[in-house]
Amino acid sequence: MAATSEGNLIMAKYLLLKHYRGAPTALHGVPMDQWTPQEVDAHVAYMNDFAAKLETTGEYVDGQALAPDGMWVRYDGENRPPMTDGPFAETKDLIAGWMIIDVDGEERAIELAGELSAAPGAGGEPIHEWLEVRPFLAHPATVTE
Amino acid sequence: MTPPEPDRGSDGHEELLRSLTPVALGALVRRGADFATAEDAVQEAVIKALTAWAGDPPRDPGAWLITTAWRAFVDLARSDRARRAREERSEAEPPAGPSRQTDDTLQLYLRCAHPSLTTSSAVALTLRAVGGLTTRQIAEAYLVPEATMAQRISRAKRTVSQVRLDEPGDLGTVMHTLYLVFNEGYSGDIDLAAEALRLTRQLSAMMDEPEVRGLLALMLLHHARRAARRSADGRLVPLAQQDRDRWDRPAITEGVVILQAALERDRLGPYQAQAAIAALHADASCVEDTDWVQIVEWFDELVELGDNPVVRLNRAAAVGEADGAPAGLAALADIDPSIPRWTAVAAHLHERNGELDLAAELYARAALDAPNLPEHEHQTHQAARVNALLRSR
Repeated sequence: MAATSEGNLIMAKYLLLKHYRGAPTALHGVPMDQWTPQEVDAHVAYMNDFAAKLETTGEYVDGQALAPDGMWVRYDGENRPPMTDGPFAETKDLIAGWMIIDVDGEERAIELAGELSAAPGAGGEPIHEWLEVRPFLAHPATVTE
Repeated sequence: MTPPEPDRGSDGHEELLRSLTPVALGALVRRGADFATAEDAVQEAVIKALTAWAGDPPRDPGAWLITTAWRAFVDLARSDRARRAREERSEAEPPAGPSRQTDDTLQLYLRCAHPSLTTSSAVALTLRAVGGLTTRQIAEAYLVPEATMAQRISRAKRTVSQVRLDEPGDLGTVMHTLYLVFNEGYSGDIDLAAEALRLTRQLSAMMDEPEVRGLLALMLLHHARRAARRSADGRLVPLAQQDRDRWDRPAITEGVVILQAALERDRLGPYQAQAAIAALHADASCVEDTDWVQIVEWFDELVELGDNPVVRLNRAAAVGEADGAPAGLAALADIDPSIPRWTAVAAHLHERNGELDLAAELYARAALDAPNLPEHEHQTHQAARVNALLRSR
């Protein structure tokens, strides 16, 4: 297998993952339920403005939030109901939501994740939350050698 | 408001419509319409045509498109107070036919892939303004929401509107944009590789430029292999294992003829060199007949034209075929292992060198490094194959 002679394809999609738990501890790790209502509103407004801004720059693909509750499910053999396990134990990695962006390369993805991580928290200070940045697997290129 | 688009299914009309799009846009701009508004007007006319032409295309589709786009432009201009002065001039009917069509269309290519744009913006604007695709089709092809793609195109138009007339475009970015569209291949409804080929063919017909011919030849030669690149169950089939009877011979012949004529001009560039490599593969009736020595020579030319690690990686793979795995591994040793697909090439060369344990480990790592799903699956399959070989010993 070989690569194209001009390097990578143009736009690349990245997933920005927000965690309830499992990310490294944030600098300003005050739990959200300890914030004032105004601080919570300001945080949510920042997130919405960020998504709206990315739409105008032509980089927004999707964003969703997830409920903290859920369970593991697996096949448990023929004629048996699927086996479930949960709710999640306290120690587990827990995803809070995601945003999908379509950008000109990794540098831009990191820049945007940094901006999203600056959302205000307690005292109106940026929360410095750790976000997980994951590239999507792309299409195979037409020119391969 | 943009009316809803009808279902596709009028492919013959659609191709004609797409080829007429830059002609209509050129005609409007020549009449004094500003580029950004004219481009919106042509897009409206294209969307109208998708419905209106479905049953019964007009007798003179070009005139229909220009007239419809012109009316849309007049409406858009009228609704814009700031453009009131221009409106006076634009009430007249458009001219009967485009006179400097080739020049205008060439200018459109240069403007839509202007160096001031990011590659993604250049791609989107080129596909809409020159390619005649709708925003929705482009959004679907690139798997982003229509609103996002619409914003990307508006921003691109704002950027090129600010470009001064004494900053000419650059044929290099035009070719690169078309190359990227071609490489994006096929996803969903729109065949981007075929669109890129069409636009490159159109560009090549407008100008006598060896590198454009080289790019066209490169596309033809790769497009010719398309049917053989995937197995019936959708797996990626590497070049060496492709069923060469499924290659499109007429397309290969056309590509080779175009390339030979370009090479005779003696103004070599990277697209011509890449096309030459593709032509040498196309020329071999079975993989064993491949002229690897010549392929390595063309890779040397490519390195001369612009050294980059991806070219040198591909060269190392070719050296492995021409001079044996140890020579390939020696060439590989000089290349940064962190570049994409280094591990995949290393795995292949070590397998050919008889080091199966190491090859199996490298294939598994190559699967994790693969930039796309079919390659991930292919490298996983390779690792499984070599591991099965090892177990059976």
